[in-house]
Parts: sequence; C-alpha cells; structure tokens
Amino acid sequence: MRPFAYSKATSEPDAIARGGETATKFLGAGTNLVDLMREGVEVPAALVDVTGLSGSIEETDNGGLMIGAAASNTAVAESAAVRERYPALTRAILSGASAQIRNMATVGGNILQRTRCTYFYDLEGSRCNKRRPGEGCDAIDGFNRGHGILGVSQDCIATHPSDMCVALAAFDALVHLAGPGGRRIVPLADLHRLPGDTPDVETVLAPGELITSVELPAAPVDARSTYRKVRDRASYAFALVSVAAVLRVTDGRIAEVRIALGGVAPKPWRTREAEDALVGATPGETAFVRAADIALSGATTRPGNAFKPELMHRTIVAVLQDLAGASE
Amino acid sequence: MAISINGQPYDVPKDARVSLLDLLRDTLDRPGTKKGCNQGACGACTVLVDGERILACLALAAQYDGRSVTTIEGLARDDSLHPLQALFVEHDGFQCGYCTPGQIMSAVALREEFERGSPSGVSPDLQASPERSRAEIKERMSGNLCRCGAHNGIIDAIAAYVSEDSL
Repeated sequence: MRPFAYSKATSEPDAIARGGETATKFLGAGTNLVDLMREGVEVPAALVDVTGLSGSIEETDNGGLMIGAAASNTAVAESAAVRERYPALTRAILSGASAQIRNMATVGGNILQRTRCTYFYDLEGSRCNKRRPGEGCDAIDGFNRGHGILGVSQDCIATHPSDMCVALAAFDALVHLAGPGGRRIVPLADLHRLPGDTPDVETVLAPGELITSVELPAAPVDARSTYRKVRDRASYAFALVSVAAVLRVTDGRIAEVRIALGGVAPKPWRTREAEDALVGATPGETAFVRAADIALSGATTRPGNAFKPELMHRTIVAVLQDLAGASE
Repeated sequence: MAISINGQPYDVPKDARVSLLDLLRDTLDRPGTKKGCNQGACGACTVLVDGERILACLALAAQYDGRSVTTIEGLARDDSLHPLQALFVEHDGFQCGYCTPGQIMSAVALREEFERGSPSGVSPDLQASPERSRAEIKERMSGNLCRCGAHNGIIDAIAAYVSEDSL
C-alpha cells in the first residue's frame, strides 16, 4: 500500500478544511477503501477519518429521520424507528455483507463504495475505463454475470453494489452534503451518475464535499415496504438482482408506489415510469407485470447477464404481489 | 492515547498503513487472530472492539485509538477455557483450526446480539425478539467461512452456547 497521511476530523468544519486538498479522501471505516488501497486501485495522499462525526439517528420535525453519515450500518438496521417505519431499509442492510462488516461500515461509506467489478480491481491484468479513462473495458466482452443491464454505456457496465442505497432510493431519501462551497441537499436517487463516456466520475459530489447525513422523509403509516435480494448463495453475496418497494393501497387502488432496483445498474435505479403506470391501478398480476415490462424496457444485456431481465422482472412482480397481499 | 488489547494498552502504530490485524500478529506477536483472505471475505480475523465483532484485516489500527480490542487470547480465564471454546471441543467445531478463532470471536458477539434482540436477514418479524434457531445462527455466522467443512459442528457448538441461560 502506498504511504499516506492520516488524520482524524474533530468536527464537520475541521473535516471540510482538511478535505479540500487534491488526492485527499474522506475515510469511513475503510471496509471498501482500505481494500482498494491495498490493491492499488485507490492511491490517496491523505485520508481524513470522519468516523468521529455525527452518527446519531434522530426524528425530524416533519416526521422523518435524520441519520448521521457516521452511523454504522448495524445501528441503522437495528434502530427501532427504522425497523417500524422503514422495514425495507432494515431488510436491505441486513441482506448485505456480514455482521462484522455491517458493524464497521458507515452510512456515508456505504453510499460512496465503489463497484465490485473484478476488472476494476484487477490493476495489472485488465483494462478499465473507470480506473484509466479511455483505455477500454474488459468486462463488456468478459465475465459479466454480475454486470448491469440498465443505465450502462459502451464504456462501462459496472453496477453499484449497495443494498442499503436501493432501499434509500425507494424511500426518497435525501443526502445532506457539506463542502468548501457550503451546504446542499441532493436526492439519493440523483447522487450517483450514469457512466456515459466518463465512468470514472461516479457521483455529483464536488471535490472536497462530504456526506454529513441522510434524511428519510416521513413514511405514510398505511404504506408497506420490503426488500428482496436474489443472489448465488443464501447469504454474504452481492445481489444478482434486488428490489426495494413501497406500496400504499387505498380503496382497492394503488395510491402510491415506489420501486428501486439493485444489482442491475450503475446506481440505485428508480423506476418512475413504471411507478406512474401503477398509480390508480388495481393491485394484481396484470398491473404488476405491465409495470415490470416498463421498468425493464430499456434493458441491454451481455452474454453473461442475459438472464437478468427475466430474473428482475419476476422479482419485481413477486415483491409487489407480496406487498399487495400484505396490505389486504 | 493507546489501543487496549485484552486489557493491556499499546501504542498506535506510527505507520497509518498498519491494519489492526498486522498490529496484532506482526508487531505484538499475538498470532491467535488469523489472516485468511486479508480482504474481508473469510472472517478469520474477527475480533471484538468494545464488544462488537469486526474484521481486523480491513481496520486501519490508527482508527482504533482509544478503543478496547478483545482477541481469542483474551477469552480464557487462567487455565479455564471460555465456555464457547469448551463447546467447540465438545462438538468437534473445527478440523484444521485456522478459522476457529474468528468463528469463536464472532459467536461471542452473536450471543450479545441475540441478547439485545437484533434482527437478522432471516428474521420473519423485525419487531420481535429473534429465535435462537439454527437458521438464525447460520445467517448470522455467514461472515465466517470454514474450508474444512466443519460447519455442522460449529453450528452445534454455537447453538448450545446461545441457548445456555448463564455462563
């Protein structure tokens, strides 16, 4: 591992002041960054440890929750308020990684983790446009079973690996940022960028900008939510496909629905057109199949991941049927 | 400031690259904590920090200044094995033994997680106190791999440990 300077931020302003230098990175618990540094994929000159900043989980004035970015994944999953009002978020977090990693990993770090595309990690042996823009992508004609089918480009088909983010997207979570230019709020669903011809640029964060907290808007009391993850083994594996969904049915009609997909795109993938098509419909297989058709209408596959549209389609329908059944 | 390891204070390494695992094994000559994959995939390096299980291989030691670490060497009291160590012997919970320290440290924390009612990915009801079933134990131990295939004995030992009233 390349040598680097380490310092621990004592406050948010202190972190912002230290984080402004080029080649400085903010450090959560390091569960992804330390691994990437060991592989030589990340070579920061300095790390600013932000695990000492706020990790509290507090009620907001408008009935939601504010989660400090330094909160551990475990703390969020175990929060009584999250378990009761945002069960899909607890389910998503508990489906990811292992207990040891969830105890370490922070919310901010989870959001900003990098893809697990093996070609991205293979510094010596593979081409990767994310690592070295313009050199080519060995995943596109390589082993691409785990790669994306929505929002991908000719330059990159890597997926965002987070489970937590998929649930956050379904709950319309807002990411609070602070940086040299001040504070701002970005919807989680808009934080990550599609690869296009610049797959090395993964988020809308400005240089030196820090995630300080994640805000969950109030959840309707009569809405149901869940998360389902399909993978190659029963536990401790990344998603082949996953679905987080929130459904509210009133008088036999869908009043509100939000669907986010994981394992298939470079970012947590909201399906707004499919959601729009469901509002007002009678919950049931006909409507759910049509919504899944719409959600996957833009899918493109490679030989290794040609199974994903069908698997994702079935998973969307199954999750919506579960939620509709539960709300009867 | 210092890192407490099994109750003894140690200086934080000057080189920020040193992982908690390398601090334990190479600097402090505490080889009980094992280095398997060194990339967070196998769980052999599991230790407790302030009672919570983490992976020492992915932890930069510098980040654990002021924290209290417990390793497998810190479990036994004098000549008496920790109850879970004894149960691993009784239930043949190992073959080559390389994953065993990580398995045991992980399961010591797992019992505490049951005690405080933490749900898991297989808990049907997120609000209810989880059952201490084999399905729950398997899910909660999925971060610890055993390549000898001693998992059945491992689960037996842990099932006995988490169901005992007092230890």
